[in-house]
Amino acid sequence: MPSHLPGIASGRLSPDEYAANFLDIHPPLDHHQAVVEADRCYFCYDAPCVKACPTSIDIPLFIRQIMTDNPIGSAETILSQNILGGMCARVCPTETLCEEACVREEAEGKPVKIGLLQRYATDVLMDERGEQPFERADSTGKRVAVVGAGPAGLAAAHRLAMHGHDVVIYDAREKAGGLNEYGIAAYKAPDDFAQKEVDFVLSIGGITVEHGKAIGRDVSLSDLRNSYDAVFLGMGLAGVNALGLENEDLDGIADAVDYIADLRQATDLSTLPVGARVVVVGGGMTAIDVAVQSKRLGAKDVTLVYRRGQEKMGASGYEQDLAQTDGVVIRHNAKPKSLVTEAGRVTGIEFEETLEDGGRLVGTGVTFTLPADTVFKAIGQTLVPAALNGSAETIALDGGKIRVDDERRTTLPGVWAGGDCAATGEDLTVAAVADGRIAAESIHRALSSVAA
Amino acid sequence: MANLASNFVGIKSPNPFWLASAPPTDKAYNVVRAFKDGWGGVVWKTLGTDPPVVNVSGPRYGAIHSNDRRLIGLNNIELITDRPLEINLREIKEVKRDWPDRALVVSLMVPCEEHYWKDILAKVEETEADGVELNFGCPHGMSERGMGAAVGQVPEYIEMVTRWCKQHTRMPVIVKLTPNISDIRNPARAAHSGGADAVSLINTINSIIGVDIDNFAPIPTVDGKGSHGGYCGPAVKPIALNMTAEIARDPQTRDLPISGIGGITTWRDAVEFMALGAGNVQVCTAAMTYGFRIVQDMITGLSEYMDKHGFTSVDEIVGRAVGNVTDWKYLNLNYVAKAVIDQDSCIKCGRCHIACEDTSHQAITSMLDGKRHFEVIDAECVGCNLCVSVCPVENCITMEQMTEGVDPRTGMPISNEYANWTTHKNNPMAQAAAVVEPAE
Repeated sequence: MPSHLPGIASGRLSPDEYAANFLDIHPPLDHHQAVVEADRCYFCYDAPCVKACPTSIDIPLFIRQIMTDNPIGSAETILSQNILGGMCARVCPTETLCEEACVREEAEGKPVKIGLLQRYATDVLMDERGEQPFERADSTGKRVAVVGAGPAGLAAAHRLAMHGHDVVIYDAREKAGGLNEYGIAAYKAPDDFAQKEVDFVLSIGGITVEHGKAIGRDVSLSDLRNSYDAVFLGMGLAGVNALGLENEDLDGIADAVDYIADLRQATDLSTLPVGARVVVVGGGMTAIDVAVQSKRLGAKDVTLVYRRGQEKMGASGYEQDLAQTDGVVIRHNAKPKSLVTEAGRVTGIEFEETLEDGGRLVGTGVTFTLPADTVFKAIGQTLVPAALNGSAETIALDGGKIRVDDERRTTLPGVWAGGDCAATGEDLTVAAVADGRIAAESIHRALSSVAA
Repeated sequence: MANLASNFVGIKSPNPFWLASAPPTDKAYNVVRAFKDGWGGVVWKTLGTDPPVVNVSGPRYGAIHSNDRRLIGLNNIELITDRPLEINLREIKEVKRDWPDRALVVSLMVPCEEHYWKDILAKVEETEADGVELNFGCPHGMSERGMGAAVGQVPEYIEMVTRWCKQHTRMPVIVKLTPNISDIRNPARAAHSGGADAVSLINTINSIIGVDIDNFAPIPTVDGKGSHGGYCGPAVKPIALNMTAEIARDPQTRDLPISGIGGITTWRDAVEFMALGAGNVQVCTAAMTYGFRIVQDMITGLSEYMDKHGFTSVDEIVGRAVGNVTDWKYLNLNYVAKAVIDQDSCIKCGRCHIACEDTSHQAITSMLDGKRHFEVIDAECVGCNLCVSVCPVENCITMEQMTEGVDPRTGMPISNEYANWTTHKNNPMAQAAAVVEPAE
């Protein structure tokens, strides 16, 4: 079998195996399953699941609407709070959000499958009705620039368009969608769902997308501030943290986010090379995503190494279980020490075991080496502030991200920010959507008061 | 294993579980299958005069489901047997011969003229069946022809036909009553006056089970039209329980044996009917939903229950709760209970709070010290039991009686004296002397 090919190789699997490995990881509920599952919801008062949702979707109401055979009404309940409710239904770590808060989790350890129900309703609306349930208000004549066509930017643009503002989105990539298009694991959003959802969002009208326009390269923040009535920054994190080791630029070491982007854009997975022995450094969702996908592309041995203990991993318990079920070996409490190189490429990586001393991570001096054809860096992404330095004033940062207030206003007048580039909390699709919507409402208030 | 043997108006069966006159008892094939699975008896589906009726060849049933498609209520527009009388009689005779230990009662419905009843009773007697049941209950189809519920709704007709039957047969006569009346005691009294050995109830309730809201026709829809039908299944049980109790506690009919019918699905349902005065029970919808094998759970469940309570005969259950059924005016107004929420089993869904807050007495908190917390405010709680009813966790909320101190809601001391509405100061009809509940 080609999967036994040493080194880095493509075509390790049969076409059927590729197809099976990258199928929808959570098959959708059919009508009967949805109604039965919806019936489990207790329609709680002041429901804990709503509080746990960053976008505050009225979950008991949308589930009741499914139960009463009103899936379109259900989808409208979802989308009115979260226009990317379809993607969030697929990628949200519900086990740490709404489903963790579900009272049935407390009652019997089996929460209502809120994520799958949300997917059911949004799928019905998108598949059966197609058009979105929102309309633009009369044009206000105000123009807003949105930087980044990811979840935050799309959510902001949609809400601004609803209020009648004209929106131009600048995005560095060829396709809109941001991490939904380039970052999410392939088996979480198959069938080109990210682009379908982008089309769905943009169909409200009044939104123009300028592709291939990166801030700091093709447009500057100061120009945007001069040309538009308001600016929303939602360009995400362009930088990738380095391991800080020698020879980090050699072949055989790669950024996980780049590899995932290549995978998402590949039309034929069998053309995508993958190492026989893969080591992933990191403990978050990206680390899990690259580890699992490497395994599903046919890598023989995949080891994920995280510097702290299991309880500190950013990836949810569900994601960790998924990786281990797929055969990924997860090692905790070890940090990269040096790269093993041979003939100008990386062939392995040496780790030093760690322990936590009052929260401080210290090496124990005990080391081990893992052979590797590929080492993936998945230890976080960073904002590249240089891209924003087009203006005379400098935007204030907070922990390396753009500082924003409750309304997602930055320190620069007329500039709002949200999503991963803003210092607002967890780097989740759903949190980015919340930021976008909150910022758009704030922008709308600001622009309305100017007009008045 | 307790002895479940039943003797209902002289009709013996190994257990008190009979199949009611309905589709499951229309043929020997079905009845034999039921006996093999353990049913104690059957009431054969209603026989009429030849030529037999015809049924629609479209949908005869409509249902109300829970969201997981459990059948809660069933409605039907099927008529009495549509098979020739001779075939039914022959099969009844064969089945009774082959299953002598099982009860086999034959349901009858013929026009309200004495010769029809005399004639068919003679034919049934030849089958050696154990008894007859007079179908005065069917609310659909047959009632349009002056039979079924059309008879059951006129006490004089009930009495008249019952009397004819008692004159023309040696078999026990059970009169099956329709619930589609204003006061069940009147038809029961009429049956009693006519000499009935027993009544059975309830037959189905007149109903339209639903409407097709795209085609605007009642369900079940036959070629674009629908007709009212008979409603049965778990949903009708409370109505049937009340009617059973009303007959059991009526001074005029308290000695009249009752065969309980109406939504009986489990052994527990059966015990409830028997406790309210039913000597045995008849089942239909549950069998039509799950098949005959459910009787095996009914048998073992009843047996376990009897063993647990030390009952050696099903007759010890019969009527045991009747004495505790009373009129509202005799309820103890000095009894005070308050809801208590067990915080350990509370899952914090908040349904008790919102039900009480929106629709009742604002007696349950939603917050305590800024945290989600549901607790009863005794000073507001009237003890209504709504929170218990809506709570999804069994035994999380209980009603606890106050036996001493002061009711914080009324400021009145708790009294251990029994006092009811008949003597209450707010009752304009209050009687001078304290009236206790009438003696049995």
